[in-house]
Amino acid sequence: MKKHLYPLILLAFLALLPLAVKSNYFLHLMILFLLWVVIGSSWNILAGYTGQVSFGHAAFFGVGAYTAGLLFQHLQLSPWWGMALGGVVAVLIGLPFGAICFPLRGAYFALASLALGEGIRHITTIAEGFTGGMMGIMIMPTFTSKVPYYYIALGLAILSVASIQAIISSKPGYYFVSIREDQDAAASLGINTTLYKNISLAISAFWTGMAGALYMNYMGFIDPHVVFSLHDYSVMAILVAIVGGVGTIYGPTVGAFIMVAFQELFRTGFFGLFEYLGKATGSPAFTTLSGAIHQAHVLGFGILVIVVILFLPNGVVGDWEKIKRNVFRINPAG
Amino acid sequence: MDVFLQTLVAGILKGGLYALIGIGMTLIMGVMGIINLAHGQLMMLAMYVTFVLNTMGVDPYVSLFVAMPLLFLLGVTIQKFLLNPLIKVETILPENQVLMTVGIGMVLTEIARFAFSSDYKYITTGYANQTFYLGNISFSMALTIAFAIALAFTAAMFWFLLKTDLGRSIRATAQDKDAATLMGVNTGRITVVTFGLGSALVAAAGCLLAPVYYIFPDLGGPFTAKAFIITILGGLGSTVGAIFGGVTLGLAESMGATYFGMEYEDIVGLTIFILVLLFLPGGFKRLTKV
Amino acid sequence: MAYFRVEKLVKKFGGLTAVNDVTFDVEKGEIFGLIGPNGSGKTTTFNMISGVYPPTSGRVVFRDREIQGMKSHRICHLGVGRTFQVVKPLGRMTVLDNVIAASFSRVNSMREARSTALRTLEFCGLSPVQEVLAKSLPIAGRKRLEIARAMATRPELLLLDETAAGLNPTELVEAIELIRKIRENGTTVIIIEHIMHVIMTISDRIHAINFGQTIAEGTPKEVAANPAVIEAYLGTDYA
Repeated sequence: MKKHLYPLILLAFLALLPLAVKSNYFLHLMILFLLWVVIGSSWNILAGYTGQVSFGHAAFFGVGAYTAGLLFQHLQLSPWWGMALGGVVAVLIGLPFGAICFPLRGAYFALASLALGEGIRHITTIAEGFTGGMMGIMIMPTFTSKVPYYYIALGLAILSVASIQAIISSKPGYYFVSIREDQDAAASLGINTTLYKNISLAISAFWTGMAGALYMNYMGFIDPHVVFSLHDYSVMAILVAIVGGVGTIYGPTVGAFIMVAFQELFRTGFFGLFEYLGKATGSPAFTTLSGAIHQAHVLGFGILVIVVILFLPNGVVGDWEKIKRNVFRINPAG
Repeated sequence: MDVFLQTLVAGILKGGLYALIGIGMTLIMGVMGIINLAHGQLMMLAMYVTFVLNTMGVDPYVSLFVAMPLLFLLGVTIQKFLLNPLIKVETILPENQVLMTVGIGMVLTEIARFAFSSDYKYITTGYANQTFYLGNISFSMALTIAFAIALAFTAAMFWFLLKTDLGRSIRATAQDKDAATLMGVNTGRITVVTFGLGSALVAAAGCLLAPVYYIFPDLGGPFTAKAFIITILGGLGSTVGAIFGGVTLGLAESMGATYFGMEYEDIVGLTIFILVLLFLPGGFKRLTKV
Repeated sequence: MAYFRVEKLVKKFGGLTAVNDVTFDVEKGEIFGLIGPNGSGKTTTFNMISGVYPPTSGRVVFRDREIQGMKSHRICHLGVGRTFQVVKPLGRMTVLDNVIAASFSRVNSMREARSTALRTLEFCGLSPVQEVLAKSLPIAGRKRLEIARAMATRPELLLLDETAAGLNPTELVEAIELIRKIRENGTTVIIIEHIMHVIMTISDRIHAINFGQTIAEGTPKEVAANPAVIEAYLGTDYA
């Protein structure tokens, strides 16, 4: 019972947050956090639960974002239609990809997905007439305050996590994990592995696409380099899930929190620590270092990947027992 | 006709270089069964080594003797401390070995960026920028030298794999790790040596490429992609196939550049990749089996 | 028409002919044994029947319906279940979850799947270990889990591939009992087995193959006395 209480408490906390905190900067971070809960959880459905690792989730994110943006630019439809359709279009991209690439085993599927992400990025950049190419798309955000976006993001996060949880504890969920564990055994037990892999992919692409559409609406500007970024979206999605815990419901939520904090840590040079030190000591070295750290977030990601895979491969949630033992020195009796 | 021959020549010469990149990767893939997504980044490092030595007046072709051992050591270190341990790690995490190489690639790229900034760097050599002519066809001196050296390395590789004990042990491990262990091969050591070898080979490719290309931290990514395309074109784990794949890609890029335009070079690679995925039974079918 | 028939089955892998013109019928309610030395083509035959790969030529007919070439999951839905020679537990799931996953082939709700699974586990004697992770089970448990999983798909015909290999004498007795129970429950069984004691004891009829071809068929007694069979098994006769 206690386990079920934590998410509810978190939920209440998140719902009431904007009433207490007015800082735009903080709200922005929270919106990013919620977006990553969605993206990380959807990546997790495909990879953590079904065992199909995608290195190209940026494709779905970007496609969702562009759907929202292009609907506005070409059809003058409110970008909120993009929210509705962004997920759908992402699925439409994902299904043919799955049809071609699911027979590929393991790492080759991962590479094909990498090619998908990069390929769509290239195409979007080249198809200038339709997408605006490198100029990107700019729209006027509907709301001036961040609060409505926050609640929409929260709603999206709740919907995605709740639906994923419902799926995991039912037939499709069992089927996903069976496919992950042993595809041939799964087939012998009556599981249509192709169908269920595609279902998993569709769910995954759908939520990620929705997140992309929300991003378009919230940020107001996108370009191929940003939304299809391998490091900032595809790899970040993987990190969110593995740092938090693949194959767990709330792992990606924990991971999203850690990763957004981590990313912000780098962007601000350890939350302005180095700049402060620079001013305090008068030494220019600190300021330079602060600038360098700002650039170094990709390096940080790379090191994090290495460290997590070596020492904490099941993430904070998955390896919680290990963390308790080694970091907090809590040894269970016996 | 001349244009065609010119393109052909350029493609084949480049292909020799690509083959060297491919052999390194296919060796690693064959023996360890992992895809090294940091392969291009290793080459990038070798190119920077060449650059640094060049500023000190060292000829890029002499840099081979420095870069190759250096990268060999780096490869050995990576395999021993970052990749071998993963075999024992208990995790749901699918493809954690591939992910690990992605992380390594990122780290290598960023370290290079930190050390050298993102500016494009160039190598200047007196003779290598020249061209010589056979009939109406111009041959880039640098590419020709690269081709010759790549050929030499490839031949050496074959001799090594076929005639030496270590080479045979590597082939044995590639075919069946357990059987090799049972026959007294220290497979742990072999995987380490193989990664080192693969790194050294791609380092050689880097030194050879440096005179004709520009050097920047992010070139790792595209070249890893090329390495992968070459490898699957030629069939995974096949050194002969890597040669075939390398020359094919070299020719395709050359044709693409001549007949479609320089910007299309990368698209060529991507297109081949997709075509292989869709149509090439030998290359593709292998990917569908475990 | 026989309840189940394998007719002129051939399987070639490149230049190697693994199964060469095998034909046999199985009657409803039988326990039908398939024996042969290692590499004789028994598991390949099973693989063709259960849809792992299609035959090069030949037919597989189950209840008047041709099933050769169909996908595994469809064949399962039609009522043919199987276990694998090299067991394939869904390792990171519990024993119960393994069987629940199998139960979903016949029901859709979580509640029904769970109750089917619990009953199946009870039937197969696995209830005590239902919360254990499949990968933590010893070999006897894993073999039993293979059977339980297949049974949860409510097969009319069950293919058992060397379920007795690696078991100690006590476990063997229990395995034989379980197989008998399965037949009594109404399932027809085709069993591949190396351990002569097991297959001779429980089979109604036996079909012997070697190098992919039929060498004998008949009651256990007849087959055991057959010179071709004895020759094929020289040195491994447990009877």
